[in-house]
Amino acid sequence: MERRAYYRKNSLPWLLLAPQLLLVLIFFYWPTTQALYWAFTLEQPWGGGNSWAGVDNFLAVFADDRYWTTVLRSGFYAVVSTALSMAGALILALFADRALKGTGLIKGIFIWPYAIAAPAAGVAFRFMFSPEAGLIGAINKLWPGIWDPSTIGWHALLMVIVCHAWLGIGYNFVFFLAALQGIPRSLTEAGAMDGARPFRRMLDLQLPLIAPTTFFLFIINIISSFTDSFGLIDTMTEGGPIGATTVMVYKIYFDGFKGLDYSGAAAQSIVLMIIVIALTFIQFKWVERKIHYS
Amino acid sequence: MKRHWLSVTALALTSTALVSAPALAAPTKFEFWYGLSGDLSEKVQQMCKDFNASQTDFEIVCTSQDDYDTNLQNTIAAYRADKQPTIAQIHDAGTLDLMLSGAYMPVRQLMEENGYKIDWSNYFSGIASYFSTSKGELLSMPFNSSTAVIYYNTDALAKIGQPLPQTWEEVETAARAMKAAGYDCPVAFDPTGVWQWFEQFSAIHNQPIATNGNGFGGLNAELVFNRGKFVDQLTWIKKMYDEGLFVHKSKAAGETANDAFEHGHCQITSSSVADHGTFSKLADPTVHWTNTMLPVWAGTDRKNSLVGGASLWTLKGKSPEEYKGAAAFYAFIATPKQAEWWSTVTGYIPVTNTGFEAMKAKGFYDAAPYKGRELAIQSLTFTPPTENTRGIRLGNYVQIRKEVGDAIAAVLFNNVPVQEALDTAVEHGNAVLRKFEKTYQGAQLP
Repeated sequence: MERRAYYRKNSLPWLLLAPQLLLVLIFFYWPTTQALYWAFTLEQPWGGGNSWAGVDNFLAVFADDRYWTTVLRSGFYAVVSTALSMAGALILALFADRALKGTGLIKGIFIWPYAIAAPAAGVAFRFMFSPEAGLIGAINKLWPGIWDPSTIGWHALLMVIVCHAWLGIGYNFVFFLAALQGIPRSLTEAGAMDGARPFRRMLDLQLPLIAPTTFFLFIINIISSFTDSFGLIDTMTEGGPIGATTVMVYKIYFDGFKGLDYSGAAAQSIVLMIIVIALTFIQFKWVERKIHYS
Repeated sequence: MKRHWLSVTALALTSTALVSAPALAAPTKFEFWYGLSGDLSEKVQQMCKDFNASQTDFEIVCTSQDDYDTNLQNTIAAYRADKQPTIAQIHDAGTLDLMLSGAYMPVRQLMEENGYKIDWSNYFSGIASYFSTSKGELLSMPFNSSTAVIYYNTDALAKIGQPLPQTWEEVETAARAMKAAGYDCPVAFDPTGVWQWFEQFSAIHNQPIATNGNGFGGLNAELVFNRGKFVDQLTWIKKMYDEGLFVHKSKAAGETANDAFEHGHCQITSSSVADHGTFSKLADPTVHWTNTMLPVWAGTDRKNSLVGGASLWTLKGKSPEEYKGAAAFYAFIATPKQAEWWSTVTGYIPVTNTGFEAMKAKGFYDAAPYKGRELAIQSLTFTPPTENTRGIRLGNYVQIRKEVGDAIAAVLFNNVPVQEALDTAVEHGNAVLRKFEKTYQGAQLP
């Protein structure tokens, strides 16, 4: 069954859409076209001239083995930070769902981290994880040199991923809890009467029933880890040590703004954009349409 | 409380009265963006205030953009949006980027057009050559110039009974003795300190960083530092690091090299002479220190070191009145009194011969807390600039600095062989240079 509203004048819907369209145009399409243009030219940083480069910028990016390392690292970052963040949030939500008393308060507490700006969290975590002065660094007193994100690449990457996951837990928690509470009580009660223990009920009832939310969060988290990791990395490690925490978005920033290679950075951002669009497409095309349990 | 509010109202009324009184012709406002923060930023603000108080025609608005990189980024963004400041402070590594930008007005032309007579030959040749065209015309106004020196904790030296090291051999002996005497961190080392540990080393040992006289001869210069003495130097640094004589200090590690030196945690550090003022002010009272010129390897025919710091670029697209203001500001900071003040409160060197001679004649450098700063000038003017010590004129040099910093870190932290790490840095750095050359295809160095 389809329902459609018809307007007598064609201009009215456009007028109503105008503010939104304008915003999208100014903040999305315009910069994107600009980036697209730069990606196929050699742009002088101060303006004042550019020359057609065809696909040279892309070829240069793809020929650089360090770029592929960055892509793989971004993928690793995305998967691990998403898994950590969602697992943490799900566990908290499952417990909060059982103890319904005071859930409102817990919800409020757990969503706080999401309200913290990434750079602010980055500074706080940098101090906590600092090998010489930090809370975590104190273990260096017991075993000297066991923790040092300033020189050991994977320590630094782990530190940033943990911080990223922590920031996302609040957001994921709220969605998980809402989904869990949306499960009809009759189902869980029926399960309980059939003798299913809480853990069994979680595996066979709750998790399958919140699958749509899980998939939604998965995609949102992956996308956010591609784009939002910048604030954290910039304050915590600046992409180092030796590029060990340089993910795609940070490389774009460094090459473009610090290195003044506008064209190379534009080409990379087009690649990143295509990845994010693809993920969004998957989200809309399959995840949102095909997973239904209602 | 009530009284308080009354007085505020009264104040507001008086100020309204002041504003509505027939004002004098409003001064021309113009903007100056700079890349210094903290203590140095306060000094710049003081300078701006003094300039505004010294005359009534112009009002300079000075804005800190935190650091050189950010200032360059923001200036470029503003320039592209036609919202640029009249004056921007650009660091040494950005000089070629500016030169080819076509976005500036040469300082010499600016001063001539506005009726100022400046004796350009009075500027130290090392400084002038860095910011000048190949014909010797100065393009930007020398402002905060420095060079790298090495700082020693004198108590630690006294404890091991060694005089001030002048060569790297003596630094090694001192560091070893300090370690034996119980100092955990003889030398503070930050691999991102590419400027002092790599560029200055190359200059005073007369090693080319790139062909074409470090890029002065044209945009087709190629990096060659993987074939010179720096290979041995990095090998030595690695040895010192592995023995715990060089200790990694950085923001990420929890304490910067400068902080470690100020608090007496590390006994030797190398950084800009501009930090001389900072150390005087911030070092713990129990920490006694001094500085010398950067060491060389024994038997080296020492050359002059490179000028660091930044200069002031006048950007295009402003009104004649604003340029008049900029010229007046440059004339103001070049006055002997002002130049001396700036050099005194910061540690940056005086940029003219007469400025330096005047301060020397006054006995400025004879006693603490300024003693030792004259060594920076001695280092900068040690010999007339050679092909390898004029400066570095390479495009997008910030990227190349990062490659070198990463190479040093890879050798120290990941045990990558020295030659391999430097070869990689050269390879990636050359790619940066070729791309820059292509971006400015057909452009000639001014």
